[in-house]
Amino acid sequence: MDASFLQPIEAAVTLSVIWIGLGLIGLAFMRAPRLVSHAVFPAGALVSILLAATGLWAIGAPPSAAILPAGLPDLPFHVRIDALSGFFLLLLGGVSFGISLFAVGYFRDTEAATLGQLSLQYHVFLASMAFVLIADDAYLFMVTWESMALSSYFLVTTEHHEERNRKAGFIYLLVAHIGAISILLCFGVLHGGHGDYTFEALRAAELSGFWATVAFLLAFFGFGAKAGMLPLHVWLPEAHPAAPSPVSALMSGVMLKTAIYGMIRVIYDLIGGIRWEWGLTVLLFGAATSLFGVLFALMQHDLKRLLAYHSVENIGIILIGIGLSMVFVGSGHPVAGALGLIAGLYHTLNHAVFKGLLFLGAGAILKSTGLRNLNEMGGLIRYLPHTALYFLIGALAISALPPLNGFVSEWLTFQASLQAPLLESSVVRSLVPIVAAVLALSGALTGMCFVKVYGVAFLGQHRHELAEKPREASRWERAGMLWLAAACLALGLLPVFMIGQLNNVSQALINAGLSNEAMASDWLWLVPTSSAQASYSPIVFLLVIAVVFELTYLVVRQVYHGRLRRSDPWDCGYPEQTSRMEDTADGFGQPVRQIFAPVFLIHREIPRADDPQPVFKQSVQDRHWYWLYRPIARFTEFLSGHVGKLQQGRISIYLLYSFLTLIALLVFAQ
Amino acid sequence: MNLPFYTQLINLLAALLLLLAFAMLTQRRILSLINLFALQGFVLVLSTLVVAYSTHQSHLYYSALLTLILKVLFLPWIMHRLIHALNVRWDVETLIDIPATMLIGIVLVIFAFNLAAPISQFAGTITKSTLGIATASILLSFLMMITRRKAVSQVIGFLTMENGLFFAATSATYGMPMVVELGIALDVLVGSLIFGVFFFHIRETFESLDIHHLEKLKER
Amino acid sequence: MNIASGIVFQVLQSVLVVLIAPLMLGWVNQCRAWLQNKSGAGIWQPYKVLNKLFHKDAVLAHNASHLFRSTPYILFGCMWLAVGIVPVLATSLPFAPAADVIALVGLFALARVFVSLAAMDIGTSFGTLGARREMMIGFLAEPAMLMTLFTASLISHSTSLATIVETLGHRELVIYPSMAFAAVAFLMVLLAENARIPIDNPSTHLELTMIHEAMILEYSARHLALVEWASSLKLTAYITIGIAIFVPWGIAQAGDWTGMLIAIAVLVVKLTLAGAGLALLETVSAKMRIFRAPEFLGTAFMLATLGMLTHFLLER
Repeated sequence: MDASFLQPIEAAVTLSVIWIGLGLIGLAFMRAPRLVSHAVFPAGALVSILLAATGLWAIGAPPSAAILPAGLPDLPFHVRIDALSGFFLLLLGGVSFGISLFAVGYFRDTEAATLGQLSLQYHVFLASMAFVLIADDAYLFMVTWESMALSSYFLVTTEHHEERNRKAGFIYLLVAHIGAISILLCFGVLHGGHGDYTFEALRAAELSGFWATVAFLLAFFGFGAKAGMLPLHVWLPEAHPAAPSPVSALMSGVMLKTAIYGMIRVIYDLIGGIRWEWGLTVLLFGAATSLFGVLFALMQHDLKRLLAYHSVENIGIILIGIGLSMVFVGSGHPVAGALGLIAGLYHTLNHAVFKGLLFLGAGAILKSTGLRNLNEMGGLIRYLPHTALYFLIGALAISALPPLNGFVSEWLTFQASLQAPLLESSVVRSLVPIVAAVLALSGALTGMCFVKVYGVAFLGQHRHELAEKPREASRWERAGMLWLAAACLALGLLPVFMIGQLNNVSQALINAGLSNEAMASDWLWLVPTSSAQASYSPIVFLLVIAVVFELTYLVVRQVYHGRLRRSDPWDCGYPEQTSRMEDTADGFGQPVRQIFAPVFLIHREIPRADDPQPVFKQSVQDRHWYWLYRPIARFTEFLSGHVGKLQQGRISIYLLYSFLTLIALLVFAQ
Repeated sequence: MNLPFYTQLINLLAALLLLLAFAMLTQRRILSLINLFALQGFVLVLSTLVVAYSTHQSHLYYSALLTLILKVLFLPWIMHRLIHALNVRWDVETLIDIPATMLIGIVLVIFAFNLAAPISQFAGTITKSTLGIATASILLSFLMMITRRKAVSQVIGFLTMENGLFFAATSATYGMPMVVELGIALDVLVGSLIFGVFFFHIRETFESLDIHHLEKLKER
Repeated sequence: MNIASGIVFQVLQSVLVVLIAPLMLGWVNQCRAWLQNKSGAGIWQPYKVLNKLFHKDAVLAHNASHLFRSTPYILFGCMWLAVGIVPVLATSLPFAPAADVIALVGLFALARVFVSLAAMDIGTSFGTLGARREMMIGFLAEPAMLMTLFTASLISHSTSLATIVETLGHRELVIYPSMAFAAVAFLMVLLAENARIPIDNPSTHLELTMIHEAMILEYSARHLALVEWASSLKLTAYITIGIAIFVPWGIAQAGDWTGMLIAIAVLVVKLTLAGAGLALLETVSAKMRIFRAPEFLGTAFMLATLGMLTHFLLER
């Protein structure tokens, strides 16, 4: 490969096409499942890592564009890659590398016919995401956006013999299309009736204030639906658990991020002229989404459903970062805006990495024990020590604990919110730190949730007698998890490198980056504005704890002794300790259920005192179904009932309709 | 940012006033409520004294003295006696739970600060920025009156509101003795009003001091 | 300031605080005993207990994992780092830029998560109960704590504790009314986070009311000693954070030896007063039932928010 002749865009397009090719090969060789799982998926992983490298290359390189020899005759596909696309390609490639490696092991026992289809859909899904990221006209964007939605729909309904999964797929498809319509309308507004649909033309279009706001709202809700923002989040906790685990990891880790990409692309790049009111809207929706997501996550006992609700929460955190950035940019403080944007983007990457890892961990548990219900797990650390370690890293990262990566991006978001005194409006100035406090609350609640998950699933006693001893994940699966766990550590310990790349993205997007002092700091210290204001060094952090750990260990052994005796647990002298006396996942969430009771819709069945077989039943539901979705569904039913009257069943009536339409069109066309 | 020392002092006292207003909002016990009220009166006295000393407004000394006697000593004493006689030392029942009340309180404070910001820019007094706090504490005491069930705590809420008004008067317009005079007159008015309310309620309390009994008074 | 003297100061401060942390606990207990008309065990009692515990054989449940065994060391490391970062005696220490106040809150959260996980490791009923309650207190206290620290950060335009101390303690005296709110809120958070009355009772062994004690029931001997030492360190760290933010006068600049001596003397006085105050507070108040804690910490959060709002109104 000669770098001077090869542009990033060519590399990206080639790699994406290779993915489609791999998918087709997988379908063609579905008689040889061993080949599909052990050759096609690793090859896909290789493409992933190359794509990640391309992305990294594109962040630093000037934008490069091309026109593809495909599409409609007079509507060719435009593609372009700039720093923002490059960053998201890096995310896509980096995360899907781990997931594809995991998939090799995970799908090794899958039935041959299913595997062939799975391979096709999986790789088409990956390729469409890549194309969404490099599309440079509304046409290609919508086409690939739809093919992304469809291929993931088929992946969600892989196990379509189960009624629940089909239903989940339907809800997913429905919300995805509502979002797509909104995005399409947004492009229409941007287009304004003249010029063509290339992003170049849309960017150049001058919108009046009102239409710019309309375009913003359409884009925000369209992409928000795909991202899982409140109140359009309902598909997420249904679809993620239904899909096979690597696919859930891909959907939650990467696909949601394409929605974030779209939001940033359309709002920052295409609409432009950001106003602080828009930022405030994003900020408040983000805060509500993050709090809501984590509260519902705490109520779940299905591990994958719980993780899906955490995706909702993390989308909220990303939106908080982006909203802060928009507020600052809109009120004329681009440097603070750059900080918010970088925080948001960094959390996007971090969430992709640790959520991918956690879904893979959930997949490993499901594969080896067949369990998804936390209330039946327990003590898995003794059987799956590697998975337990990786899962612990993911859990600490998502709980925003130093020195891992989740903390870095939340810390940057806090720093951005502390720039609030720059703002003129006193209400916004007071709201911004309060939003930061909501972020702190959801961070702390996440900590609680993952103590619950880890404590109930991996620690404690076994709650459920399994037919056979759970086996540790295979080597491929462990390699996938190891890759993502290592990424969590690297992004947490050496944030400065990635912040430098993100600074390029921010420069390209809003013509502003972090302050010179911030960029001048060396690799050890992360400095968002100036070193007098704040700094953070995860390496020193980890090093001090590790050194004290080691020293204490040695000193205690030297001065005293290291004698150890095993015995039964003490537990205040209660003689018998069965696993039924531990907290279940639901029990652990009880304080939250009590404190935030008005948020939830709780149904309880409490047995009477004289009940011979007392059973306690409880379910927690989402209020949104009742106040938002059910009325809409009823209205739709009502409407379609009336429209249904048009259907007469007689050919001549239908011909009449066609005739009338023709007449109307002719009249209209005059 | 270096304000003159007296302004700093008054700001501190203003903040304490708000702190106490908030503490009263979250307080469950009537006894502590009365003590907090007395303490708030004392802070008010201090702030009036500081304003009087720093601006040489001698009439403010009188109003400070009056406040001291009326709000720090006399009224709390009366109320202590009253609750002793009526035996209503139990917890205050609130209509809305306390965290929700506090959230509403925060919103009110933001609203009040925002409201007062443009006004205080035009004020030339050394205490101009305290107007927002005075407004906030008036609104908070109003909130307290709304959310409480027992008549005693409603009266305390009313008196606290008067504290806020008085503070607004001294801080915003200390140059105008008339307003101060008006404040004192209002104090007397409040005093008489309280007794009116109390006598009414003492008559009412053959059963209890819970104001939902008043709902019986409506027609139908 | 050259690097060498900075490191000397750093090590001196950390070691000193780590050594006096149990003394602090002893002093609080002694004051409490005095206030309750008891004679008390003496201020050196925590050291005797630690020594005794280190001598004993560790007993571990059969199913205890590595996580359980390493948690006491991780806990101790976290707290050691915390007291290394807080400017207890001097500002501009070499470790100080490694973490600002937000990272410090994160550090305490890390310790809390590990101790809760360890509590769930054995799978006993009390362990999980303690972990659940501890995490509940944690998620309530953390926003309040951050909001308190935000107020201080907004005043000094910095989240680094050293800069906060410089702004508040080493410049001319300015009264910050918002700090009154923040101080009350911080005190409430301190009580909750360190398992003191009214949220938890450090001396209780009544099973159903305990939080912190329930979590560490399964620890014994050297593990227990480290956990206990870490919790006394945590108390000291919180108190010194409070000192650094609210009464920062007397903290030295690194490299200044006479200033350091004064700083030690001032610190001893402040800690003595703080300990006595804590004991008094614990004597006059009663433990709340557990679901009053949201209200208590909610109040702390609201007060901290009010402090921030007051700052925006009065101090710019």
